[in-house]
Amino acid sequence: MICEECGNNSATVHLTKIVNEKVNKLHLCAECANKHNNFDFDSTFSIHNFLTGLLDSSQNDTLKVGSTEPNQCSKCKMTYGKFRQTGRLGCSHCYKSFNQKLNPLFKRIHGHDSHVGKVPKKAGGVFRVKKEIDNLRNKLESAVQKEEFEKAAQLRDQIRELQKEVES
Amino acid sequence: MVNWLSNDKSEHGIVLSSRIRLARNLEDINFTQKINENDAQIIIEQVKNAVLNNNSTISNDFKFFKIDNIDTLNRKLLVESHLISPALLEKPERSGFLLSKDEKVSIMINEEDHIRMQVLNAGLSLEEGWDLCSKIDDILEENLKYAFDEKFGYITSCPTNVGTGLRASVMVHLPALVYTKYINKVLQAVSQIGLTVRGMYGEGTDVMGNLFQISNQTTLGETEYEIIEKLKNIVLQIIDKEKASRERLLSTGRIHIEDKVFRSLGILQNSRIMSSKEAMKLLSDVRMGIDLDIIKSVDINQINKLMIITQPANVENYAETKTNSYERDVKRAELIRENIKI
Repeated sequence: MICEECGNNSATVHLTKIVNEKVNKLHLCAECANKHNNFDFDSTFSIHNFLTGLLDSSQNDTLKVGSTEPNQCSKCKMTYGKFRQTGRLGCSHCYKSFNQKLNPLFKRIHGHDSHVGKVPKKAGGVFRVKKEIDNLRNKLESAVQKEEFEKAAQLRDQIRELQKEVES
Repeated sequence: MVNWLSNDKSEHGIVLSSRIRLARNLEDINFTQKINENDAQIIIEQVKNAVLNNNSTISNDFKFFKIDNIDTLNRKLLVESHLISPALLEKPERSGFLLSKDEKVSIMINEEDHIRMQVLNAGLSLEEGWDLCSKIDDILEENLKYAFDEKFGYITSCPTNVGTGLRASVMVHLPALVYTKYINKVLQAVSQIGLTVRGMYGEGTDVMGNLFQISNQTTLGETEYEIIEKLKNIVLQIIDKEKASRERLLSTGRIHIEDKVFRSLGILQNSRIMSSKEAMKLLSDVRMGIDLDIIKSVDINQINKLMIITQPANVENYAETKTNSYERDVKRAELIRENIKI
């Protein structure tokens, strides 16, 4: 199909406009389509725009709950409105400032709201040790069930060591 | 600049490359879009030092580059070779990157997040990529304090990366699925299970030469291993579908396929004016021809390389002078003729 406007290039944009039940069809090449100002040929569509769409609907949920959260991050002064426009947060503290609003959003994007993967050695700190303790407890339980008492005693001591570490 | 692409694993003709990317941010400094000039330099220095100085075991493997000190053409060359992302060029005075000697690892500083490290490998090698990337991540963490939250994991500027900060992606060549028009069904299915498909140069770029980049969409609530396994599993299924489509094309019209791929080879070897789009289309045909053992005179690695060195900045670099689009098309045809001799 040839572009109806310039008659040279092949038509790649097919526009159907319905105004008051009157159907109007246009077949244009990308170049001519760009010249048309009466419709928005959105080439800037990105994940951030998409995110903004999700945010609008999650906003309604939080309104119902009656959010008491501030609308601005106390550390970087990023406003929630600005985040809704750009899809990007301002600093790591924003995750705390907008916690209530972000939680349902994370569920919507990822299907989950908590991290289960890698934990950094330093920044993970105590949390890493706690996870290790959980891990050892599971091993201890199965050792007891299998009546491997020597191994269980070893595991118990390891857990105690780690617990001391957490408390200090 | 395409070292990472050389592939001796011929069994992975459909998979060109695998990429692992991790997003990290430093604690106590605002995200890149909210920092000032001073913060930007602090971040650059800290990350640079974490890799190059101290007694880091990788200090000899990496070199640091500041975007500011690289001319426009070379910036584009780096992007076309997939060594850095287009977004890193947005604020040249504030960003830089560390590149490993073998060019398989790059650590970008002040992109959307403070740190974006990526490992590129030829063929399907997600696990190896993850192991290496995770090791580099550990080395960086010895000298840096990452922003990390017990609940949300690694904190990122965009909520779509939070948690693992991991984007694993595989570049696949799917000409037969495109010809048999089966591709849309495959892509639809892929997006329904939490994966996403992008063009050759990532988000918002066009699909060229039937090359598709398949990657995980979600980063929170699954371990890195689970994310990689899921992606790998789906990619293997897509490979099977592509192979089945090729079989079908061959069994229903072998002569048509032979005609198509040899014509494309003929045009590449003889033309005098060649646009980037046409080059990608023809290279895709020839690539499939080699993979199907129809074309035996050309090495598949040569075609992989051409898919990158026929991109605009690469051609301009080859021409050694500023070119307009027509001159580039002439140079491109010359470059291709030189690389696939009759």
